Amino acid sequence: MKKIEAIIKPFKLDEVKDALNDIGVTGMTISEVKGFGRQRGHKEIYRGAEYQVDFIPKIKIDVVVDSSMEDKVVSIISEKANTGKIGDGKIFVSTLDKVIRIRTGETGKDAI
Amino acid sequence: MKTLILTLLLTVINLSMSWAEDGAVTPESNKTAIDLVQAHADYVWTLVAAALVFFMQAGFALVEAGFTRAKNAVNIMMKNLMDFSVGSLAFWAIGFGLMFGVSKSGWLGTSGFFLSDFSPDGDPWVLAFWMFQVVFAATAATIVSGAMAERTRFVGYLIYSVFISALIYPVFGSWAWGSLYHGNGWLEGLGFIDFAGSTVVHSVGGWAALAGTIVLGPRLGKYLKNGGIKPILGHNIPLAALGVFILWLGWFGFNPGSTTSASKDIAMIFVNTNLAAAAGAVLAMFTSWIKFGKPDVGMSLNGALAGLVAITAGCANVSPTSSIIIGAIAGIIVVFAVVMFDRIKVDDPVGAISVHGVNGAWGTLAAGIFNMGGTTGKIIGVQLLGIAACFVWTFTAAYILFKIIDMTIGLRVSAEEEAKGLDLVEHAGNSYPDFEVSSYSQQ
Repeated sequence: MKKIEAIIKPFKLDEVKDALNDIGVTGMTISEVKGFGRQRGHKEIYRGAEYQVDFIPKIKIDVVVDSSMEDKVVSIISEKANTGKIGDGKIFVSTLDKVIRIRTGETGKDAI
Repeated sequence: MKTLILTLLLTVINLSMSWAEDGAVTPESNKTAIDLVQAHADYVWTLVAAALVFFMQAGFALVEAGFTRAKNAVNIMMKNLMDFSVGSLAFWAIGFGLMFGVSKSGWLGTSGFFLSDFSPDGDPWVLAFWMFQVVFAATAATIVSGAMAERTRFVGYLIYSVFISALIYPVFGSWAWGSLYHGNGWLEGLGFIDFAGSTVVHSVGGWAALAGTIVLGPRLGKYLKNGGIKPILGHNIPLAALGVFILWLGWFGFNPGSTTSASKDIAMIFVNTNLAAAAGAVLAMFTSWIKFGKPDVGMSLNGALAGLVAITAGCANVSPTSSIIIGAIAGIIVVFAVVMFDRIKVDDPVGAISVHGVNGAWGTLAAGIFNMGGTTGKIIGVQLLGIAACFVWTFTAAYILFKIIDMTIGLRVSAEEEAKGLDLVEHAGNSYPDFEVSSYSQQ
């Protein structure tokens, strides 16, 4: 099993979610997050004084899938979240030891 | 209200019946009835205007809350509620008498304390007039709240509220407006023009705010060690904008209501008030656009208020075209004034000193320059004298008051309390318990 974490631009969420649904991803968790990478935030002005906004709002999607789905999910997210402009985000993939469905106690692949 | 309208209707019906009976009725023969209708209309207009000016308290509360952080919003609401409530009682007990009581010297009224001029079988005009004046006193008082926001001890602010409504505002007011009732001020005797209070109300509030802000010092985190400015963002700009719209509406009571009579004069005053506000907003927007690269919302909102403050003195004696010029210049002034006060480390989160103090002075000068009956060196001189007298009296009195509060009970909360927010430490409250904190900086 794999956990795929993707940090994307917030307005790309719907597109990514629909595309993942279409390939059979059955669930996901999202969170509103803030951060910076090489883009390094941006400048804003408040009542005439300029200031640096370091942390830019992003959406983080957590998807857990069977290892066989990994490449498909990664390529869908890469495709759908891409604008070609700086700040499109990143995808992190890690191996998952254990998954448990709380209601039934099922574990592993059945619990996804 | 209903009874008043009914009375008016009945009066009209009675009049038409009497016309039917005898044909030779003239305005002269009906003078008593006409005067009665006029008197009732005066009451209605003055009290409706007072209600509009009262609503400005809501405007101030929202502007201040919007331009400051969420952790101090309960405190802002309490200050705005209490400067009106405490101020009303102080103005009833002492302020009104000092401002409008009989004054032999021209410097201070000495009668009419505790509304003693009212007797149940006497003329109730004093009540209508008092109601209109108390909302003005409260306007001056509440201006200070925004400038001193986010770091002032609540109890210190309460004490200040008593003194501005009982003493600081009424004393200057008696110099300029005493003769509107039983008084007789030295400044109005010289011909000082301040129809609705650019100086009497707004500069008094603005200069008291300047004194308070200087005694307090800037908010923690506003100025960096290297001398740079780190803006502290207001938490709700739509709230601030709603506050400005409410203030704009309230000003239609503030300026036209200052006739305290139902007359045709209110039409031009209404138009002047609106045009100056519009010009102030537009010019502040362009000034910020040119200066900072974007049309700034905070500055544009301040610009509308600056235009309103500036036209307040001259709204009854300048033309609509002059009003646009006065408002436009106010809109430009306010942007530069906000930036200037920021640079000299007078930390005014809402721009109250720039809007009310600086543009109150500009509006008072402009009322002399653009006077429709022509202007002279003497008129300008008296206007300047009034502006200076207001600054010297208000700033000195308020500075001493705030210093005494600071040295006795303390004017400012501790650094730790300031970081936690006044809602929690002063009121054990929270404005938005269902929302998460999104600002983690230590300020």
